[in-house]
Amino acid sequence: MVLEKGTNPETEHGHFDDRRMETIMGRLLQVGVLLASFVMLIGGVLYMRAHHGEMPNYRVFSSEPLRLRHFGGIAAGIKVGDPAAMIQLAVLLLIATPVARVVFALIAFLLERDKLFVAISSIVLAVLLYGFLRPQ
Amino acid sequence: MTLSIFTGLLFFGSLTAGLLGALTGLGGGVVLVPLLTVFFHVDIRYAIGVSLISVIATSSGAAAAYVREGFSSVRIGMFLEVATTLGAILGAYLATVVHTQALAIIFGLVLIYSAVVSWQQKKDPAPEPQGHSRWSDKLELSGSYPGRDGKPCKYEVENIPGGFGLMFVAGTLSGLLGIGSGAVKVLAMDRVMKVPFKVSTTTSNFMIGVTAAASAGIYLHRGLVAPGLAFPVMLGVLSGSLMGARYLVRARTAVLRSVFTLVVLALGVEMIVNGVTKWF
Repeated sequence: MVLEKGTNPETEHGHFDDRRMETIMGRLLQVGVLLASFVMLIGGVLYMRAHHGEMPNYRVFSSEPLRLRHFGGIAAGIKVGDPAAMIQLAVLLLIATPVARVVFALIAFLLERDKLFVAISSIVLAVLLYGFLRPQ
Repeated sequence: MTLSIFTGLLFFGSLTAGLLGALTGLGGGVVLVPLLTVFFHVDIRYAIGVSLISVIATSSGAAAAYVREGFSSVRIGMFLEVATTLGAILGAYLATVVHTQALAIIFGLVLIYSAVVSWQQKKDPAPEPQGHSRWSDKLELSGSYPGRDGKPCKYEVENIPGGFGLMFVAGTLSGLLGIGSGAVKVLAMDRVMKVPFKVSTTTSNFMIGVTAAASAGIYLHRGLVAPGLAFPVMLGVLSGSLMGARYLVRARTAVLRSVFTLVVLALGVEMIVNGVTKWF
């Protein structure tokens, strides 16, 4: 990252790079959500073709099959062309998008040598990874 | 109802929810769960799972537009995300022990609260910031935003522990009910911490996505994200909210906002009545 010191007089005490950081993060989120929507759309079309004519019932709760609930199962499902697995991949991509934003902010704070915010972003990232990777 | 009709109706229902949510600033998630449970008879746990996913999509989808305005504060956002993500994990755990009818009742109360907040925003402008907070500078939370004349307006934040605590509550509600809880987030920043209103709303948008991501993984692990619901709802809400953001300038939001607030209020009452009658 290029540190453009002094080009932005609006900012102060070492926050010279925040605006730039936010612009890149905004793009990152946009690309992530576009990618996820694209995968979701393909998965959705394939899902409609595979389950054509069925009667949907979500009135009674029954947990989704285990294979659609973790990385390994979803990856295996995509290999055999399971449309539901493709939709779950899009869901994973969506969840990963804000996580990537936090990772990027952490790197930017490292480059800014802002110890306090490196610590704060690390805590947020740790909580996110706990929710994402925690064994069932 | 066959799958194609069900999916088509879901898509257009979600599109409307996203559109109205963006136009009124209440967010699409808040009406999505009542839409799915009341009109499509979807189990509330499935509705919450799919709503969380849509909340992430709308938050990330709107990000680029918000960044362009130059109001959001990455530091305030990141600092408060410590509270909201921890709250979200707690909320996702609570969701397993809370009775489904109780979930519906809590959801109804949050809907009524959101409607009331939306009503007050029209009449009551944000109070002027006052005093000087030592911790605002120490935690590097003070900042500036582009003012109307082009000059930067400086601001500080107040009552950091109060705002942090309220953000934890916002995160818990998000993880429990699958909503962005933008109304509570703006309340914490705007009213409690005295962050300027524009900075509060834009920063809140980013925080919503990160908060929802903290609990969405847990919902996916539990099998609460149904693929057949996820694709029409997520694509519908996202397209609706992007359309809403585009036409925001031209639309007459005052009337729309009043109507939508009434709808939210009615859905809240419906969910509470439904929850109480089915439970007892």
